[in-house]
Amino acid sequence: MATKPARQNRRQRTTGRRHPLATVALIVVGLLATGGTYALFTTSATAETSAAAGATVQDGSKLFAANCATCHGLNLQGSTQGPSLLGVGAASVDFQVGTGRMPLAATGPQAEKKPVQFTKEQVSALAQYVASKAPGPAIASDKYLQGNGNAAEGAELFRINCAMCHNVAGAGGALTEGKYAPPLANIAPNHVYDAMLIGPQSMPVFNDKNITPEQKANIITYLKYLDNTPSVGGFGLGNLGPVSEGLFIWIFGLGAIVAITIWLTARSN
Amino acid sequence: MVNDHDDTPDSSIVGTTVEKYGNNPPPAGTAVVVSDRIQNPGFEPYRPRVADLDPAVEKAQERRVSALFFVSIIGSVLAVAVYIAFPIIPGDMESVRLNNLLLGISIALGLLAIGVGTVHWSKSLMDGHDMVEQRHGTRGTDTTRAKAVEVFTLGNKESGFGRRTLIRNTLIGALVVSPIPAIALFRDLAPSEDPVAQLKYTMWAKGVRLTRDPSGTPIKASEVTLGSAFHVIPDGLEQSEHKLEEKAKAAVLVMRLKPADLNVSAGRENWNYEGIIAYSKICTHVGCPVALYEKQTHHLLCPCHQSQFDITREAAVIFGPAKRPLPQLPITVDAEGYLVAQSDFAEPVGPSFWERKL
Repeated sequence: MATKPARQNRRQRTTGRRHPLATVALIVVGLLATGGTYALFTTSATAETSAAAGATVQDGSKLFAANCATCHGLNLQGSTQGPSLLGVGAASVDFQVGTGRMPLAATGPQAEKKPVQFTKEQVSALAQYVASKAPGPAIASDKYLQGNGNAAEGAELFRINCAMCHNVAGAGGALTEGKYAPPLANIAPNHVYDAMLIGPQSMPVFNDKNITPEQKANIITYLKYLDNTPSVGGFGLGNLGPVSEGLFIWIFGLGAIVAITIWLTARSN
Repeated sequence: MVNDHDDTPDSSIVGTTVEKYGNNPPPAGTAVVVSDRIQNPGFEPYRPRVADLDPAVEKAQERRVSALFFVSIIGSVLAVAVYIAFPIIPGDMESVRLNNLLLGISIALGLLAIGVGTVHWSKSLMDGHDMVEQRHGTRGTDTTRAKAVEVFTLGNKESGFGRRTLIRNTLIGALVVSPIPAIALFRDLAPSEDPVAQLKYTMWAKGVRLTRDPSGTPIKASEVTLGSAFHVIPDGLEQSEHKLEEKAKAAVLVMRLKPADLNVSAGRENWNYEGIIAYSKICTHVGCPVALYEKQTHHLLCPCHQSQFDITREAAVIFGPAKRPLPQLPITVDAEGYLVAQSDFAEPVGPSFWERKL
């Protein structure tokens, strides 16, 4: 008789907010609330700005003043927070803003690729505005961006000029002090072209005299070929080379051998 | 025979020692005599397995083992089915991948299940008692040994190897001479020319134009804009006899920095052309191509062992295992405005070698 009330008491305690699943439920509610609020805010932001359709230099000027001038200066002259944008050209804006690297989320070893903050028209307006202030590399003509060039020649040029940083399979690679060469899978052709032309951040410039527009088109063709051709060598492990592959075989391959050895010699019960 | 190694020291060396000093142990002096002989602990008492005690478990283990063998049969049949169902279609690499993957999995299943089943069988059902098998002595019996000597003697007698000394000596002579052709042949695997001279000099010479890697087109100084990196080979590399060897030594990276960013040491003032500089691409550590140029920091990174070179300070090593800066190629422009070398590198490129003077 003495144990019965105690058991009832325990049953009561496992209900309500003391239930073991209460923590899980709380975390789920919290995550949904945060995510929902974030989604609401971001969608409202795009809804607000997408009104600016039809790209003109004037639109670009307003967008620049609102979004870029804090760091780059009202006259593109730069500040202690950001470099001058005089002469960087439309290609630079197309790359930096078009891949979401700008506006910068936080200072760090390098600007990260992230969701694009502007519509295509807005990027174009910004590019036109920056290009109107001082001459610089222009956005590539569409005929070089079709990916219908010579993939073999593109691959040779890629191996000589790009592969040392971006990996021969375009998987990217590490540089010094936290910087890295990003992977090149499924990158829009215009951004690949822009990057070669302007040399963003750590990347050197490959101007049209070094790699001609036709050669750039071939490199884009090669990258498109890589995107469309699945690897036949099985699981690629990110194509990062001997380090990731070695780590995999040391952990899982040797782990399996050790496990089998233990099983072989263990006594059956 | 079992106690061969323990109590009867009958080998000749031990025998002589025993004869000399008798059977008494040598005096221990002041040392503490410790008996460190490992005692044989014997076997653990036999612990019966569940299968030994419970016939139902024994039956279950039996079914498990045969199930594994059955899985093996399924795997082997599956391999044939997969081979037929997913054939390799010429030109379609995806089909090769699928074929290899499924075939590999089913064959692995077929073989692995036999092995796992056999081990499981022996561990759970076969006799579980520990046992010892003694090693045999390697010495043959006296009759075998006598017989062997007899065979040799008979062979010597019948062939006359010991008696016909002319035959014997010419045979030995022939055997000694027979490897000589190999010596003559393998000698030519060594470099025909002095390797030191080959390592010291590259194709670069006064007036050789810097050209783009693979196309071989010459580069005008005006084409190398600020922040550019050109991968460069010497003019005429395509026509040279040992193209790859020459490229491995002469590969160069050309970059353009602001002249103010360069810290030029005495004697190298005219080695760059208005901020255009050329450095050997061959790492001074073990010769990997150093071509990871970071435009903003002007650092060159070697991908193999993370050596870093500071281009603004004449490729000084700032990190990693490399010990020497990358050799700089002195460049200038010719009358047509193309970049040309002033001379070969002032020092041997690439990793150290024995005869290299630092």
